[in-house]
Amino acid sequence: MTGAAIAIALVQLVLFVFLSPLLIGVIRQVRARLEGRAGAGIWQPWRDVRKLLTKDPVRAADSSWMLAAGPVTLLVSSLLLVALLPLVGTLPLPLIPSDLFVIVSVMLIGVVALALVGLDAGTAFGGMGSSRHMTVAALVEPTLLLAVYALSIPAGTSTLSLIVETRLANPAVIISPVSLLAMVALAIAIMAETSRLPVDNPSTHLELTMLHEAMVLEASGRDLAWLELGSWLKLAALLGLLSNLIVPWGVLTEFSPLGLLVGVVTVTVKILALGVVLSVGEVFLAKARLFRVPELLAGSFALALLAVTASYLVA
Amino acid sequence: MSPATEPELSVKRLTDLIRQSGRIAEPAPPAPAFFPGAEVFGGSIQVRFINAGGCNDCAQEVSSAFGPVYDVERYGIRLVASPRHADVILITGAVTRNMIEPIRRTVDATPTPRFVIAVGDCALTGGVFAEGYGIAGPVPDFIDVDLAVPGNPPEPALIVEALRRMTGR
Repeated sequence: MTGAAIAIALVQLVLFVFLSPLLIGVIRQVRARLEGRAGAGIWQPWRDVRKLLTKDPVRAADSSWMLAAGPVTLLVSSLLLVALLPLVGTLPLPLIPSDLFVIVSVMLIGVVALALVGLDAGTAFGGMGSSRHMTVAALVEPTLLLAVYALSIPAGTSTLSLIVETRLANPAVIISPVSLLAMVALAIAIMAETSRLPVDNPSTHLELTMLHEAMVLEASGRDLAWLELGSWLKLAALLGLLSNLIVPWGVLTEFSPLGLLVGVVTVTVKILALGVVLSVGEVFLAKARLFRVPELLAGSFALALLAVTASYLVA
Repeated sequence: MSPATEPELSVKRLTDLIRQSGRIAEPAPPAPAFFPGAEVFGGSIQVRFINAGGCNDCAQEVSSAFGPVYDVERYGIRLVASPRHADVILITGAVTRNMIEPIRRTVDATPTPRFVIAVGDCALTGGVFAEGYGIAGPVPDFIDVDLAVPGNPPEPALIVEALRRMTGR
């Protein structure tokens, strides 16, 4: 059982390191086609990362070791997230449970590392980006916790693997009002957490509108490659969690080679499909004004709170 | 489908327009030869654009090269907001006195290997602005230029070709 759980965690790590650049490639390609452009192809993020790794990083004279350590910390926290979340299979690792609070804490390590990278070189835009990033993070984390908490009530546990297993065993839970409210809240929180529209525009060149991009302005070469890969992994992992909560079928619950193959294929299809949906949705969205972002996130928090309340009243 | 009958740009109309008009991007001409040394980028370059003091003519041509018609992004070329992310620096315009230090610093802030492309006659020779008050000189007087795109201003197709020599796609 332990061996199987570790094997699945390793499979998830390898799969997601390959899958997350592909996901970004698909998102950009779909967007390009919808805008009437030809697009760079779905393998372009791979080429970008490969090229960044061959370049020598240039670090500002006044920057500290944080500029080198921060990107690696973000990457490790994202890798840990990928290993812990129930993506391919739901077998929990024996020592580190895929508990809700563990997951959110691991994610927060990456968030703080990224904010420190933004502050490190002491540029105006980096500090501005970090301050915005932490504001959004402070508003998003309670929603994430509360939304998954609402989902955990029918399962009777805050372990994400068991929540997914409960939904697999009892699909009626998925379309209950509690679950729907919580899923909408979770989706908005994940969009904000991964710096997608309408909270942040991932393809902006305008420093004043940036959140995520402003923090990585000073990173170059392999530092930038780790930051990009870390952020992509986080997006892929969270989309994987969302898709497994909405459509839990195909996920591996008992270890078998065939089940592993089915798990890998289904999670790949689910994430890429959700990526296409995200990309199509983003074409029709404009970035919200920064001062409107707290309203959006407060709205998602309200939905999560309603979900928790309803789970006690309805269930 | 005339604007008179459907004045509002709704989501449905936008979807219809995109479906009917299909791809705006022009068909791609055959790929030019690699610029010597650019093979290390492996088909992906990030471009930092600088206007060192021109009349915005060349800047407009660069902007249309990155637009949907010439669509230079399909060859793996992307504009970025920071020289730290860049592989190629694209400079237009004659260098004004105030831009001497910024362009030198920008080149220093770009990680190696890096290339500098000067676009337009003003960047290369000073053009009509040469000898003018406030103009310090053409770009090659201050930094090393690897690739020159002459023209006044050059067509977007020429800028696209110069950039494609960096990705080989």
